Amino acid sequence: MAHETMTADAAVRLWNAEADEHDPISARTYGFWLYLMSDGLIFASLIAAYAVLDNKMSAFGHPMADTLLSASQGFVQTLVLLGAVLALSLGTLGLKTGARGGLALGLAVSAALGTVFVAQGLAGLDAMAAAGNGPTASAYLSCLFVLLFTHGLHLAIGVLWSLVMLVQIFRFGFTQDVVGRLLNLRLYTQFQAAVWVVVYLYVYLFGGAH
Amino acid sequence: MQPDLQGPWSPLLGRLSLAAIPYDNPILVGTFLVVSVVALALVGAVFYFGKLGYLWRNWLTTVDHKKIGVMYIILGLVMLLRGFFDGVMMRTQQLLADGPDSAGYMGAAHGYLPPHHFDQIYTAHGTLMLFFAATPLVAGFGNIIIPLQLGARDMAFPYLNAVSFWLTFAAAMLCMVSLFVGEFSNATWVGLMPLSEMSSNPGVGVDYWMWAFQISSLGTTFNSINMIATIVKMRAPGLTWFRLTPYCWSSLATNIIGLTAFPVVTVALTLLGFDRYFGTHFFTAGYGGNFMLYINLFWIWGHPEVYFLMLPAFGLFSEIVPTFSNKTLFGYPTMVAASFSIAGIGWVVWAHHFFTMGMGPNLNGYFSAATMIVGIPTGVKAFNWLFTMYRGKITFTSPMLWAMTGIVLLLIGGLTGMMLSASVVDYTVHDSLFVVAHFHCMVLVIGSALFAATIYWWPKVFGFKLDEKNAQIFFWVFVIASLLVFVPMFELGLAGVTRRLDYIYNAALKPLLWVTEVGIILYFVSLYYFVKMLVVSLLRREPAAADSWGTGRSLEWLTHTPVPFYNFAVTPEIHSREEAAWRRDRGLDTARPTEYVDIHMPSNTGVPFVLGVLSFVWGFALIWRIDWLVEITTLAMVVTVILRAFDKNEGYVIPAAQIARYEAKIATASVVADVADEAPAGALEV
Repeated sequence: MAHETMTADAAVRLWNAEADEHDPISARTYGFWLYLMSDGLIFASLIAAYAVLDNKMSAFGHPMADTLLSASQGFVQTLVLLGAVLALSLGTLGLKTGARGGLALGLAVSAALGTVFVAQGLAGLDAMAAAGNGPTASAYLSCLFVLLFTHGLHLAIGVLWSLVMLVQIFRFGFTQDVVGRLLNLRLYTQFQAAVWVVVYLYVYLFGGAH
Repeated sequence: MQPDLQGPWSPLLGRLSLAAIPYDNPILVGTFLVVSVVALALVGAVFYFGKLGYLWRNWLTTVDHKKIGVMYIILGLVMLLRGFFDGVMMRTQQLLADGPDSAGYMGAAHGYLPPHHFDQIYTAHGTLMLFFAATPLVAGFGNIIIPLQLGARDMAFPYLNAVSFWLTFAAAMLCMVSLFVGEFSNATWVGLMPLSEMSSNPGVGVDYWMWAFQISSLGTTFNSINMIATIVKMRAPGLTWFRLTPYCWSSLATNIIGLTAFPVVTVALTLLGFDRYFGTHFFTAGYGGNFMLYINLFWIWGHPEVYFLMLPAFGLFSEIVPTFSNKTLFGYPTMVAASFSIAGIGWVVWAHHFFTMGMGPNLNGYFSAATMIVGIPTGVKAFNWLFTMYRGKITFTSPMLWAMTGIVLLLIGGLTGMMLSASVVDYTVHDSLFVVAHFHCMVLVIGSALFAATIYWWPKVFGFKLDEKNAQIFFWVFVIASLLVFVPMFELGLAGVTRRLDYIYNAALKPLLWVTEVGIILYFVSLYYFVKMLVVSLLRREPAAADSWGTGRSLEWLTHTPVPFYNFAVTPEIHSREEAAWRRDRGLDTARPTEYVDIHMPSNTGVPFVLGVLSFVWGFALIWRIDWLVEITTLAMVVTVILRAFDKNEGYVIPAAQIARYEAKIATASVVADVADEAPAGALEV
């Protein structure tokens, strides 16, 4: 429906009713991607703080990554997390075919592996604290704990989100809202995995974990 | 939570007890009486006029970007007033407490404020002015103007927009409560370390500051996401990137800063929170803590934050100067480039806030040079405004007077900033009143832009213009007051007065202190004229035209005044970066659509308000360490968000016939206010 008004030179279209609807999923995933950029800055700042405190003086006589962290344990955690990402990403292929079952399986496996990852992380932090190297022992340990804890918290939220989506895909089906949320959840999980890879590289491997 | 907490703590009330109420402080009791009388009068008026339902449906649950913008601006103005009173108290204390022989009143050795109270006042002044006055005002204008200039129905995420506002509101209320329950931080608005640590500051003051700051920055981060997504995704057809208004461009730059810088301060405050609540050692003096880490993280956010507030001001000038010069903006592409240069360089100059840290000549040299480079794009902007005015037909309305003053203040603040950017100079004037005068000139640029914008866009939002005579008196009194307050501070700073002094030793400085006090009194006079301007205009309510100033250039001047809740009856097709001027030149500015289609609008929702209330209680419980309440409110917020995800929330549709009726109503009578209020009723039906 075009409203045309004649001017001296040509017909000009002044109003455009067809353009009213914007693509909600596109705006939504873009907005969520922007959120992930801010989350990226959170981890960047934390890793910067870690880099500043990663020295003998800030360790205050307590051990550092080279004695506290195990590279092989971290590698197992990495595999678990990448498994969670893979399960979710393969599951979301169900969005194309309309396969709720496949997506549900992907969500469930991803949530389970996410839980395993968080549990492994918490167990590691617990063991360190039990050995007298808790977050209050030194500034270095404060930062190590908070960095790992923040990442774990993000994953725990991802697990909760996966469980909510598990309910929603059966309750609502693949509505626009549900699909938007699933795409964002996939972005989120992949992003957290990417952050973990950086943490693993920088804290574990560069830190000389055994 | 904290193992070595000082003072009493009970499982039920945490650290809260009757001793937390400062009933023995006459200043606070007086303030409390005034605030409670005003609050009771407002609540009483709502009930007396039976407006509770109206308030809930039309304001508290609204997702309309214009109403949220108005609420942001009201919040900002109220907090500006409170911040102003803090400033008055500081100046008066310095005037009274000068020289060894100055008298003491109300238990103070000199002046009338004991040091602990004075420290809280300057901390509150900085915190309130930046986070709860300037930031909401900037966000408010962004909310109102940007969707209109894009030809959009609302923001990209209307619900998130309301959440942002209510988080900011909750944080501001935490600051207000700190006046009457407990105390506010005394460790400056930047949170000096290790002064803000538990060991030096065991009270709740720092916690109030920290959580209010934290909650409001969360709101601002969400707002930035929303603004960027709106500008990128919600543009009307034909609105290509280089047809965006200069204000939208500067808002895009500013919100990219907001999105990237605010998370850094979130981290800085979270680490401080871990220190204060769990006994970690990020910024402590012992156990390997590093308090310069905090100062760096803080200013990595803090300096971009300055431009986060400054760039929208520049954008507002770029809208107002062309309108009142009746001429297109000079150098539009360079204006855009300058906005992004300022945003980019603003990110890499943070250490000029602490040249005296001892980072060595190489780093100081780098940060000096980087800081000086900011002057180039800023200068480009100043010259562009001047060239816009050059040979234009200037009308000296109050918004234009504010804009021109803003440019002069930018020159004063900018040139003194260039002096400070030389680290050798900074060593002598670091943390002196010279610095205070410099950055107040800069924030007055923002203030000028915001006053200009208030007067300029007022008719677009409310349908009538503000009284020009009182607006001009307000302008002249305010500007003269500002110069009287801040010009002497340059001199005082060079004479060696450092900032945050509750007592000035040298009695010879008294004349200059008197000059600032006279300026402060003039600010009161200007406040009178500001209120008079509002009252006179509200009583008169003369309907304004769609193009209220007759020379409006951007898209928002094409829709009705005041703007109906759906903004544009039919989405406009854009042909020019100055669509209103483009249509006016072709005689098309009064053309209205003849046919309508259904409009899809977002529904109102009470969830953002509930989240705001919950985050206020959550913050309060954290500050007083009421563990059970922290747990309950955390859980309640998670459950609210999840429940919201199960709410289908498909919005509602206004049928084309209804739009036609609205438009006919608007065309025949000045009843747009009714149409503006009809939205939520429809929203709740669906």
